[in-house]
Amino acid sequence: MADWVEACAVDDVEEEDVIRFDHGGRTFAIYRSPDDEFFATDGFCTHEKAHLADGLVMDDIIECPKHNGRFNYKTGQAKGAPVCVNLQTYPVKVEAGKVMIQIA
Amino acid sequence: MAGTMKRDYSLVGESTRRAIETGLASAEWYHTDVSRKAMKALMQRSDSPAIRDTIIWIGAILGSAAGGIYFWGTWWCVPFFFVYGVLYASASDSRWHECGHGTAFRTRWMNDVVYQIASFMLMRNPVTWRWSHARHHTDTIIVGRDAEIAVMRPPDLLRAVLAFTGILDFRYSLPTLVRNAFGNISPDERSFIPEMELPKVVTAARWHVAIYVATIAVALYMWSWLPLVLIGLPRLYGTWHMVLTGLLQHIGLADNVIDHRLNSRTVYMNPISRFIYWNMNYHVEHHMFPMVPYHALPRLHELIKHDLPEPNPSMWHAYREVWPVLLKQLKYEDYFLKRELPPTAQPYRGEFHDVNISAAAE
Repeated sequence: MADWVEACAVDDVEEEDVIRFDHGGRTFAIYRSPDDEFFATDGFCTHEKAHLADGLVMDDIIECPKHNGRFNYKTGQAKGAPVCVNLQTYPVKVEAGKVMIQIA
Repeated sequence: MAGTMKRDYSLVGESTRRAIETGLASAEWYHTDVSRKAMKALMQRSDSPAIRDTIIWIGAILGSAAGGIYFWGTWWCVPFFFVYGVLYASASDSRWHECGHGTAFRTRWMNDVVYQIASFMLMRNPVTWRWSHARHHTDTIIVGRDAEIAVMRPPDLLRAVLAFTGILDFRYSLPTLVRNAFGNISPDERSFIPEMELPKVVTAARWHVAIYVATIAVALYMWSWLPLVLIGLPRLYGTWHMVLTGLLQHIGLADNVIDHRLNSRTVYMNPISRFIYWNMNYHVEHHMFPMVPYHALPRLHELIKHDLPEPNPSMWHAYREVWPVLLKQLKYEDYFLKRELPPTAQPYRGEFHDVNISAAAE
């Protein structure tokens, strides 16, 4: 049964930015898009272990801080070398000013 | 310690095994503390600086080529090809580098187009080198892991000097492209290129080889060296500036450490070299934060210089500093130049390094 977990407050994430969220020994990345929507993915790049929360959000792309690997954080799709493996994404909802993510 | 055994620079040898075993491979590296707000501002992408610089670069290439062609057959073509060669074979290295990182332009396709053009100018397989450079950033100057160590230990000084002529690169790059074009990918290349990318290596090599074959055909048809002086041979006569600036990135400094302040060098340079080199003289800063575009590196340098070794004030100063180190490494390959940190810096954390600090030049 997948649980909804409170990740952060809405105001914790700036527009077109990302923050790190640790839960249950796992690391996630919580994104706020330029059009004020929230998304969640695994927190580490699939290429090498780098925190995506240290990366750069541009439109619907998260760029890894280590090798500039790029993913679409809305779909998890890897956008080319040096990342070849897609990123796991998670459902997100906003309730009472809190960002909730559904973790399997 | 690293000093107790001979260095093996292959990517599938004893040093590779040892780097993996000791945790030097894919390690956690030191980073200067920078607030998220400041870093986010520094990482911001913009098309305009790179569009401006690319227009100047391409314009100067075309202008110098036109002059060289116009004066072909007279000594007046020499200064034009001098400029053309540097723009073709040296400035392309920094364009290849920045566009490979995807930081030069905000727009992805612009990075990709310039990356492909620059890769061709450099005789570099665009697929292979993208992966080798990723490895260079993961395992910077980790022996047995880093595919881009320019001067190995003990240093081959003749080789280092010949590098300025481009002969060695040419002798390596062209046969490599031909080998790749025939579908032959070496064990070293396979060690850092994922299996699924290997067909792209072959395809890219075939395109490059096809253009060189076409150039040779045109040269034969015209019965003139001119097409080859314009395409291909600049890799010989225009490489010197790339080597002059690029050698300083890591030469003579520590290897097998996980702190870019110990194995990379920042050097203040003149504005022309910085244009050609696209600010890669801020090399410690670049390695520590590869997301920061070339045009923001001077700002990053100002922000974190309190935590970095004092930069060399000039290329001349840097080469004068490194020359005695290279000479000493001929007899004692563990010797290296240890960069001193200012009192405001976080200290080096020796417990995370494999380097024999007692071997360092203070």
